Amino acid sequence: MSEEMFPEPEWLSEEVKTGTTIIAVTFDGGVVLGSDSRVSAGEAVVNRVMNKLSPLHDKIYCALSGSAADAQTIAEIVNYQLDVHSIEVEDDPLVCSAATLVKNISYKYKEELSAHLIVAGWDRKKGGQVYATLSGLLTSQPFAIGGSGSFYINGFVDAEYRKNMTKRECQEFVVNALTLAMGRDGSSGGVAYVVTIDKDGAEEKCVLGNELPKFFDE
Amino acid sequence: MATVSVCQYHRGGFSFENCKRNALLEADINKLGLSSPAARKTGTTICGLVYKDGVVLGADTRATEGMVVADKNCSKIHYISPNVYCCGAGTAADTEMTTQIISSNLELHSLSTGRPPRVATANRMLKQMLFRYQGYIGAALVLGGVDCNGPHLYSIYPHGSTDKLPYVTMGSGSLAAMAVFEDRYRPNMEEEEAKRLVRDAIAAGIFNDLGSGSNIDLCVITKGKVDYLRPHDMANKKGVRTGNYRYKHGTTGVLTKTVTPLNLEVVEESVQTMDTS
Repeated sequence: MSEEMFPEPEWLSEEVKTGTTIIAVTFDGGVVLGSDSRVSAGEAVVNRVMNKLSPLHDKIYCALSGSAADAQTIAEIVNYQLDVHSIEVEDDPLVCSAATLVKNISYKYKEELSAHLIVAGWDRKKGGQVYATLSGLLTSQPFAIGGSGSFYINGFVDAEYRKNMTKRECQEFVVNALTLAMGRDGSSGGVAYVVTIDKDGAEEKCVLGNELPKFFDE
Repeated sequence: MATVSVCQYHRGGFSFENCKRNALLEADINKLGLSSPAARKTGTTICGLVYKDGVVLGADTRATEGMVVADKNCSKIHYISPNVYCCGAGTAADTEMTTQIISSNLELHSLSTGRPPRVATANRMLKQMLFRYQGYIGAALVLGGVDCNGPHLYSIYPHGSTDKLPYVTMGSGSLAAMAVFEDRYRPNMEEEEAKRLVRDAIAAGIFNDLGSGSNIDLCVITKGKVDYLRPHDMANKKGVRTGNYRYKHGTTGVLTKTVTPLNLEVVEESVQTMDTS
């Protein structure tokens, strides 16, 4: 498909992207995922309350970033594939299986897609896990950050993360990281969505703009 | 995966068959010094909101072809199913055809399941089709309706991403309309207030965006009833001319009058009966 075959349609340049800050962190007994809520098309914000934490299964969620259409489509396809898989094995799927399904799509259509999903959840075998699937790689990490806003908080998360945090400390860590990123990245903002997954299930929470912690701002 | 669908080839990817032909035609036309006609876009302000009893959809009625208004009163609220309607912005042909294809497939699906169609089904069908075409179908849609689970409203972008929200705006006038919504929207409004708010949002788009204009169409969908109000508000009535360029009889004086009769003879007369059966 060469460029001179047809001129690029205008609306391609207004593709809806999710700007974004997404983060997933393991704690002792589960994981906490967090995301902002801004979706932009060019300079306009088209949705200021989008929940970018999408369920793949009861105790497995993924965080979306990059092109909204690509990310939503991958999440919906993997949701379907995981449903079929969990019926076939007659058990809850492993987080690793979900992450592998996402990785397969991201790798196979690497040139066509521009979305990055972080997969995190809890399963009986290995407890809370976080997988990054950027560009089709698959790696298990204690925590992962993604999206345009993540560049601003790399230093913060590296310095502040500790192993074996409690659930409460982990949620605070996630909210702080999101707040700092939303404060500095123009493409991230709105409200913060936080999902906590442990052996009892997934708990969704929304932290409104005025409830976010205040850091020193000029 | 659908077993019943109309005119849709499910082989993978976009069919680029016609692109080479189009490129050749374009080159030929340019050689003659002409330019090929621009696709008619609908400029547009479209919006929708969820109120107490259902959904209100609104749209302006201007269709533009470049900088010229091609249609002063086009209909942008398309029928999908008896309880689901869809407003379309972007390329007029794309929105028209896309909504017709999905309307057709949805009716077949509904006959197959034996149940009235749901808004989420229409949303899935639209987003999967638009994603398959990777944004080359320029249809930005506001889909709204009432089904067994209550009123629903979705916005669907040309690349295939969707958002489910209580109020949405799309099109070139979307920012003007969204400003009105963000100021005055409240959950669970009454019908009259909801209609007034949508009307004001579209009016904001009409008066502040060059790509939108003419009248305001509204579509109010509730559990048992659909009110398709076209036009709901003629915001831009054509003005009445205050003067007349017609001259009275006798304004021009007649100086001379010469009559020359033409004496023609009938040479041949033939009758051919027309088959009007």
